[in-house]
Amino acid sequence: MSENITLALSLLLALTMIVAAVMAVRGKRSLPIAILAAGLVSLLTSVQFLLLAAPDVAMTEAAIGSGLTTFLFFFVLSRVRGGVDD
Amino acid sequence: MIRRAFVLLLLLALGAIFLDLLLGFVPATELNETARYYAERSAADLGTANITTAIIVTYRGLDTLGEVTVLFLTAAIVGLVLSWGRRSAEGPQRQLLPTGELLTTGKNLLVPLILLLGVYVFVNGHLTPGGGFQGGAILASGILLMLLTDPMKRFSHGMISAVESFSGLVFVGLGLLGVALAGGFLDNRLLPIGTVGELFSAGVIPIIYSFIGLKVGAEFSSMLVNLSETEDS
Repeated sequence: MSENITLALSLLLALTMIVAAVMAVRGKRSLPIAILAAGLVSLLTSVQFLLLAAPDVAMTEAAIGSGLTTFLFFFVLSRVRGGVDD
Repeated sequence: MIRRAFVLLLLLALGAIFLDLLLGFVPATELNETARYYAERSAADLGTANITTAIIVTYRGLDTLGEVTVLFLTAAIVGLVLSWGRRSAEGPQRQLLPTGELLTTGKNLLVPLILLLGVYVFVNGHLTPGGGFQGGAILASGILLMLLTDPMKRFSHGMISAVESFSGLVFVGLGLLGVALAGGFLDNRLLPIGTVGELFSAGVIPIIYSFIGLKVGAEFSSMLVNLSETEDS
């Protein structure tokens, strides 16, 4: 029973990740939204790792993938802002 | 149009590869030889409650040394590239709007807690999930919060590099001591193993992992500090 719930949860997470990934890749209108979507993919990846019983990897992914990297992108975005094509 | 068709073809090919993998997937019913060795022996031989830590710090300690080196190299390159655009200390500094009350108060409350959590995660690396890399990243996010509240805040580059170099030297030094006094490079049985599950157990693993945590934290922090100090273009 609980296996089915875990399976359904991870499938739901995977679908959300695909949607967020498409948003991150095709977010031509707004770069901040693309960055946030990429961060969301990382965050959901860390939940997936947790469901796969790998808490160590999940912590790394949550701290580095979705935390630091997202802010690093924002830092860099505020430095390169100016042209549309950059 | 041709480009789009090519991308579609590439995606289909990737999908075919993954479908093939998925159809051929048979879940393993038992651990393979290496995994079984780690699972059965790490508590008895090394005294760690967290098998992942035993693998990262002791069984595959050399790989971790390589990983830390790669991270160090990345931080050094980021610092080198960004130092060309460094804002001069005496030059006119852009006046920034004052940070909001909410962010300042939140920072004062949260930064000590975040730093404490980071230290907790790497000190308990041999008992609970997490360890040096995770704890170091948490430390760096505390630094990041401080930078967000006060973008003009200056951290001492000398202190960051001193922490980083000292941690790296202790890591390698303990590894070499293992060659001299125990079973080999990065052997944790320099100190008594103790009882599994206690804070002071597992030999030198907690010490090594704490210094890895400090090193990783210092590397990430130096990247963030360098980024925040570059000239706005």
